[in-house]
Amino acid sequence: MGLAPLRAAPDVESLTAAYDALATVIDPELDEPITDLGFVRSLEVVGDHVAAHLRLPTSFCAPNFAYLMASDAKDALSALPWTRDVVVELDDHHDSDLINAGLAADAGYRGTFRHEADQDLDELRETFQRKAHTAAMERCLTALLRAEPDRAVEDLGSVTLGDLPADDRTAALRRRRAAIGLPDDDGAAVLVDHEGRGYAVRDVPLALRRARSTRISIDGNAHFCRGLLRTRYPGSERDQVQRPEGAEAADAAYAADLPEAQGRPALTFIPLSQLKEHHS
Amino acid sequence: MYSKDGESYFIVDAHIALWDARPENQRNIHGKQFIDCFYDYHRNLSPESEVWSYEDYLYQGGERLKKDLFDDGYVDHAIFQPAHLGEFYVNGFGQTEEASQLAKADPARLTYNHHFDPRNGEQGLDQLRADVERLGFKGVKLYTAEWHGESRGWKLDDPWAYRYFEACRELGVTNIHVHKGPTIRPLDRDAFDVADIDHVASDFTDLNFIVEHVGLPRLEDFCWIATQEPNVHGGLAVAMPFIHTRPRYFAQIIGELLYWIGEDRIQFSSDYAIWTPKWLIEKFVDFQIPEDMTEYAPLTVAQKKKILGLNAAKMYGIDVPAELQLPDADETATGPRGADDTVERAQDPTALAGV
Repeated sequence: MGLAPLRAAPDVESLTAAYDALATVIDPELDEPITDLGFVRSLEVVGDHVAAHLRLPTSFCAPNFAYLMASDAKDALSALPWTRDVVVELDDHHDSDLINAGLAADAGYRGTFRHEADQDLDELRETFQRKAHTAAMERCLTALLRAEPDRAVEDLGSVTLGDLPADDRTAALRRRRAAIGLPDDDGAAVLVDHEGRGYAVRDVPLALRRARSTRISIDGNAHFCRGLLRTRYPGSERDQVQRPEGAEAADAAYAADLPEAQGRPALTFIPLSQLKEHHS
Repeated sequence: MYSKDGESYFIVDAHIALWDARPENQRNIHGKQFIDCFYDYHRNLSPESEVWSYEDYLYQGGERLKKDLFDDGYVDHAIFQPAHLGEFYVNGFGQTEEASQLAKADPARLTYNHHFDPRNGEQGLDQLRADVERLGFKGVKLYTAEWHGESRGWKLDDPWAYRYFEACRELGVTNIHVHKGPTIRPLDRDAFDVADIDHVASDFTDLNFIVEHVGLPRLEDFCWIATQEPNVHGGLAVAMPFIHTRPRYFAQIIGELLYWIGEDRIQFSSDYAIWTPKWLIEKFVDFQIPEDMTEYAPLTVAQKKKILGLNAAKMYGIDVPAELQLPDADETATGPRGADDTVERAQDPTALAGV
């Protein structure tokens, strides 16, 4: 699909607004904005026309998640009051043709995948919102255990939101709770399942262990996916935001402000590295 | 055999491949995308000194394989786990004839496992019987994300898959290596969902189910299922190389596995030729859980020996010199290890249902 040639200098305000809209799109599996992951390959605004290209760490990333992110991106851009013509394309994926045709036609999930789609992706989205909550919960409780080594693990079942320090970790937990409809009051128990049910004292250690394995999984995947994207698209580290959770010594190589690539073509797309900030 | 600091380790590389991804064997763009994906895994996680050229990566051949595994890589025995990928490669990705011939010529060091696809129906069942007779294997590698005509994935608890597992039982094919996803069907569900392993492991308790990549990217789901099913094992393919650039992540994977399934059900593999075994084995023998991760006990030499070879040797009946053998740990058959009062809770399907 051809893009309209750029006729004037990019309108930074519109680009920023479009970028911010894309920052509301979350990779459900990694629980992070696609902008922080470097999944936005390019973004162009010409008048009321917006074109965004997305890229993923491998050709074989799960197509249901790929579709979710691409269609959420199109929705987010279309919701901006000044956009009229929105094109979102997923590049270099084994299902790019299918997904891009579906997006262009606004065919929806079932219209895009036809016989391969049974109902919708709501359940899938919910599964991962629950995992994101579980991981955020474990981060808070493990931090509490580390800060107060004398506290018994069994005691974690009675910890409430008000007992947690007012820091980024707790704020992240509150956001994940809100996403799955859990209460936000200070008296609410922290160690709960997705329906807000707490655990008997004897079940608390196992519940924490199980939550821990979820957290390890998500953090590990988020870093592996970042790394694969950097390998697949050299220079993409400039479009990524560091993830503090699960960071390792090797990540330092990508933390510094790296020099711009040599020979970058005249900009038709916004250099995302100028806009990035952490959205967690 | 690998020796260091007065300890000797019998090495079984439980997941290797002899593939052909050269352009002349690529059926379509997906053949290229698939090997490119593997090559990015390789480049991303290998130490710089171990990175191959793309050309080398496309095809290795038997001589190179034996050199990388046996001459350079300390491996005592290796097991082929082929992925067919007939929709992507003209003669398939895993090279059945070449690999099975290598194993036939060197049975002390190589075992050939085969594969099947339950979507081939009755004809495939006949083929499975004929393949067992011709190739004489005790294990299969199943890739549930394999494409097949209009279908782009299958589940282990599909009715036809059950027919194949019944045949496996009859034929003495007892070791079922499973590589989950990313399946496309059912698209509505998580593509890496491991729930079907739970069903099939409960219904075929006389078969071993080795979940490759220890369920990654769904370690948590794998651990939860495996802790409840004594015939579910974890294969470390793809998990191993994190030891280099992501050692803390690797420590947590190992720590979780030892907690949930114990030291007797974890199998080392390099996933050759995605990675080579030499550096993985060296690093694993030197590896220790970081001191600040107090939630995990330090890894013992005995645990490393079991993971690096003794566990897979036991499953496959591979001869291990008497002085290198170790007894099984005195551990619970199901439920988390060292969490005595929570064992029965882990087996209770209503406990912790929401986590």
